[in-house]
Amino acid sequence: MSLCLTLNGAVLEADPRPGQCLRTLLRELGALGVKRGCDVGDCGACTVLVDGTPVHSCITPAFRAEGKSITTIEGLADGDTLHPVQQAFLDAQGFQCGFCTAGAILTVSALNQAQRQDLPAALKGNLCRCTGYRAIADAVAGVSHAEHGGACGHSHGAPAGRAVVTGEARYTLDVAVPGLTHMKLLRGPHAHARIRAIDTMAAQAVPGVIAVLTHHDAPETLYSSARHEIATDDADDTRVLDAVVRHVGQRIAAVIAETPAAAEEGCRRIVVDYEVLPAVLDPEAARTPDAPRVHGDKGPESRIADPACNLLVAFSGEVGSVAGGFADADVVHEETVSSQRVQHAHLETHCAIGWLDEAGRLVVRASTQVPFLTRDALARIFDLPREKVRVLTGRVGGGFGAKQEMLVEDIVALAVLKTGRPVQLELTREEQFAVSTTRHPMRIKVRLGAKADGTLTAFEMDVLSNTGAYGNHGSGTLFHGCNESVQVYRCPNKKVTGAAVYTHTLPSGAFRGYGLSQTIFAIETAMDGLASKLGLDPFTLRRRNVVVPGDPMIAWSPHPHDVEYGSYGLDQCLDLVKAALVAPGEPPPEGPHWRTGQGMALAMIDTIPPRGHHAHARMRLLPDGAYELAVGTVEFGNGSHTVHAQIAAEALGTRPEAIRLVTSDTDAVEHDTGAYGSTGIVVAGRASLDAATKLADAIRALAAGEAGVRPDDCRLMAESVTLPGGHMLSLAEIAGAAEAAGTELSTEGWSHGSPRSVAFNVHGFSVAVNTDTGEVRILKSVQAADAGRVMNPMQCRGQVEGGVAQALGAALYEEILIDATGAVVNPAFRHYHIPAFADVPKTEVLFADTYDRLGPFGAKSMSESPFNPVAAALGNAIRNATGVRITATPFARDKVFKALTAARGEKERSYLP
Amino acid sequence: MDLNTITALHRPRSRAEIGPWRAGDAFLAGGTVLFAAPDPDRTRLIDLASLDWPALTLTPEGLEIAATCTLAQLEEAPLPAGAQAGDLITACCHALYGAFKVRNAATIGGNLCTALPAAPMAALVVALDATLTLWPAEGGERQVAAADFILGPQQTVLAPGEMLRSIFLSTEALGRRWALRRMALNDLGRNAALLVGTLVEDGFALTITAATPRPVHLAFTGMPDAAALDAVLEEAIPPDGYYDDVHGDPAWRRHLTRLFAQQIRSELLGESAP
Repeated sequence: MSLCLTLNGAVLEADPRPGQCLRTLLRELGALGVKRGCDVGDCGACTVLVDGTPVHSCITPAFRAEGKSITTIEGLADGDTLHPVQQAFLDAQGFQCGFCTAGAILTVSALNQAQRQDLPAALKGNLCRCTGYRAIADAVAGVSHAEHGGACGHSHGAPAGRAVVTGEARYTLDVAVPGLTHMKLLRGPHAHARIRAIDTMAAQAVPGVIAVLTHHDAPETLYSSARHEIATDDADDTRVLDAVVRHVGQRIAAVIAETPAAAEEGCRRIVVDYEVLPAVLDPEAARTPDAPRVHGDKGPESRIADPACNLLVAFSGEVGSVAGGFADADVVHEETVSSQRVQHAHLETHCAIGWLDEAGRLVVRASTQVPFLTRDALARIFDLPREKVRVLTGRVGGGFGAKQEMLVEDIVALAVLKTGRPVQLELTREEQFAVSTTRHPMRIKVRLGAKADGTLTAFEMDVLSNTGAYGNHGSGTLFHGCNESVQVYRCPNKKVTGAAVYTHTLPSGAFRGYGLSQTIFAIETAMDGLASKLGLDPFTLRRRNVVVPGDPMIAWSPHPHDVEYGSYGLDQCLDLVKAALVAPGEPPPEGPHWRTGQGMALAMIDTIPPRGHHAHARMRLLPDGAYELAVGTVEFGNGSHTVHAQIAAEALGTRPEAIRLVTSDTDAVEHDTGAYGSTGIVVAGRASLDAATKLADAIRALAAGEAGVRPDDCRLMAESVTLPGGHMLSLAEIAGAAEAAGTELSTEGWSHGSPRSVAFNVHGFSVAVNTDTGEVRILKSVQAADAGRVMNPMQCRGQVEGGVAQALGAALYEEILIDATGAVVNPAFRHYHIPAFADVPKTEVLFADTYDRLGPFGAKSMSESPFNPVAAALGNAIRNATGVRITATPFARDKVFKALTAARGEKERSYLP
Repeated sequence: MDLNTITALHRPRSRAEIGPWRAGDAFLAGGTVLFAAPDPDRTRLIDLASLDWPALTLTPEGLEIAATCTLAQLEEAPLPAGAQAGDLITACCHALYGAFKVRNAATIGGNLCTALPAAPMAALVVALDATLTLWPAEGGERQVAAADFILGPQQTVLAPGEMLRSIFLSTEALGRRWALRRMALNDLGRNAALLVGTLVEDGFALTITAATPRPVHLAFTGMPDAAALDAVLEEAIPPDGYYDDVHGDPAWRRHLTRLFAQQIRSELLGESAP
């Protein structure tokens, strides 16, 4: 049907399809600031104003736009003058990845005074996974944080800030690609099956369908979807399309069509004949000898520890003698805890567009944290020279580890190579929940022995991790989870055993913390129980046992490593949180059923992943006197690009605004291992520093040559070089001189991620628990972080707040549930609740005062680690308040109620007043 | 999301224009449910908004609410002088899982016909003893009591092609004193238990929703004592009669129901604060 509407002031004719939603119509009309977060009305990323009224455009029929005036983020500003709400979000930096920001700004712009006074209700339909909402609250309140021109140590605003608040920032799919085709995936309904036959005839006959790809079309190459610098660190157990189905929702076939509708219809027409096989869903059961084998068909080349008993990897290590240590102990305490599956829930789902460029090169524009490693993997799988593959990103809408994985690029590449056409694949939110990766569920037993004064004599831990149907990050998360969490305690006798097993469930993957959030929950819970038994304050027990500079950092083996105390702020963090918890938080709610308590937990993390993490940077002086800095690392809301500009500016004596960034493109620099392991600043930033320092030297040298003076007598200023006697050469003049001499002022920097340092986080809570309903109210939340020199206090605070909020989701609400068939029960935000504005208390963020001798300008990593101590601190506070230890997250109201009821031994209670 | 199997849109301006019901048809009200739940068997949308029903009609007898009235419109409903129900309407509208932006489009009819246990409009209309007017496909109309409309999760008394036309709340019902309790697994989350008690002329009525697969309406002559209230609740809803989904363990929902019932009773007796 043809209709007339006004879009951002312009009257347009449009011809929506009968079942089209307004969101896709607006994007077709060019309003790419309208984002798809969930497509079912839960997240608010697609919010637009219809005649001034905010609606979720994904659940608004497009035909209802007839005669209406629609305002999207692109139409909110008055020319170059930002709308006051846009300006407020920019000033408060009320965003990180920015994918939800357009919707948040439009929603806030439409609030009346009463709604502005009740933001928890007003913003319940605007989910942000990055910020923890404090920065958004500040934006609404008109609080300004962003500084301009601030070099390191200042709260410089994100370079992309203006583009984010105006909707001009281009995320992965916000590009117009001529001739673009669309892919949809047919997914299997069985946890374990073999494809006997697959009939694609009817699908190919659907008008608009270009190709249908099955396992017959896929290379035989086995690979891991996990991406690491050393690809052989992960098990090669995955095919682009496989004849064996190992979890519900595994991709069976791909349909490429001119429209998403035709691709969907094609999927419905494919007929698959499955031989259904017995499946094992439980990790304990998977270890038994007669359990169905998930990868029984794999040989040693896949690097699976023991496919016959579903064992991906296992290890056991002991230092000293735990038997002796327990014999020496005055007190022994044991806890067995479990951590559930949680989803990253980045607002931009996994997606990619692939095409062949003029030179016939495969180009993939992907939502990834690892463009270079993805490029390498695609080259290997499709047997292409590395130079024939280019991977780049736009702005990435959140990742949290999920995008350290190649979940769509492989099949997009296959489709491009098969069809020669540009192909787009955008996972739905349901696919994101049901078949993408999650945090590894782990069952962990910790046993501690201590002398009466609290000194640890024995430390024993056993970990069982469920990697799901594929190995991907199962090995890395197991080893990382059993490393810093154990090393942080000084104890002569330690034993750790660990195993990661396959099951016929959706694959687990890299998740913020990379194994540590699960083990730290276990260890810090056990330490809390030990403190109770000993009658010691939990801070005192920690102070008595944590490593201090000079102590070797040993987990379960005395093998040498490259981690040093580049700085040490754990003592400060413990003291800061202890002191902060003395001050009262919010008063507890009134009523006889509320019990209050406090809890704490600590976390240590290596600032860089092991086994090599490399970054390359290029820097050059442009003809106009500005600088260009090319880095490989990806910005996905972590703020690393802001800090790169600050680092380069500090080295060059200029303002961050003078640094033009070229980023995250395999064509831009030689290599970058990737934006994972919290390396955006400590590795990639060092490469930028290296390149910028060399460029400063080169500029001074050239100026000195021009003026006939010594380089040491030249001073590089913001826009010029000051020569002896006060003469000045502008940077443009210097660039011109270089050009005249036939040279370019350009430099390169490298960083290799070794040696590494350690960073610390300590979290404290005061809580009130309603023993009658199971509600947990957070009265005070405080986290102290040792980030070394804080390069950008505003952003670093945001990283901590966002990590705490995400961890609160995992601690209180979130759980991917799997039914008896192996299918995910709750693949939608409405059934998988991530923290909304109402759920996140203000967290006081305190920084230790340290300067790391290994990090750039003294900085350490601070992206993953704020997540890690939260669940244990909260569980310990609940225990302190109620006397009841809950050993599995989430501490949901119904589960808390159940635990408290069981502890009271209530068979039947009275409901009479 | 795009409903890609929809190939036709029918926009009748009168009941006569609706025409015969066909396999693959769906009535479209606000769209907040339909556009969030693709069903490849659906091929045609029949747009109820084009019928242009007046959203709210206040008469001396009571308030007639068109099925297509949005929750945002309902919050602004004109009410008879002395009506107590204004804040109850607001509370129930705000108990929708969707945000205020969703309430700008979601309709009372859509919420009732979707018939999720958590549906807050069910609590409102059952607690206020609403009468629902249905338009059968073959013509004419029939009335059902609100308490009889929802049969179970996503099940109603509607026959294929039959639509909910309107909801009538009597002036008497709008004047009742009431008390409400709700809880979810998170603040402002999807209802795990939503209970409304009202004082009626000859006694007390208690409506239980969200905790149970379908609304439960209990009427008492006079105000029962606490023990009698609990006993009737337990009789009406056995332990395995509570709803079991990801939004709350049944045992917790049962507990909340019994707890909230007492709190509502006590509030309406003036013994405790809301």
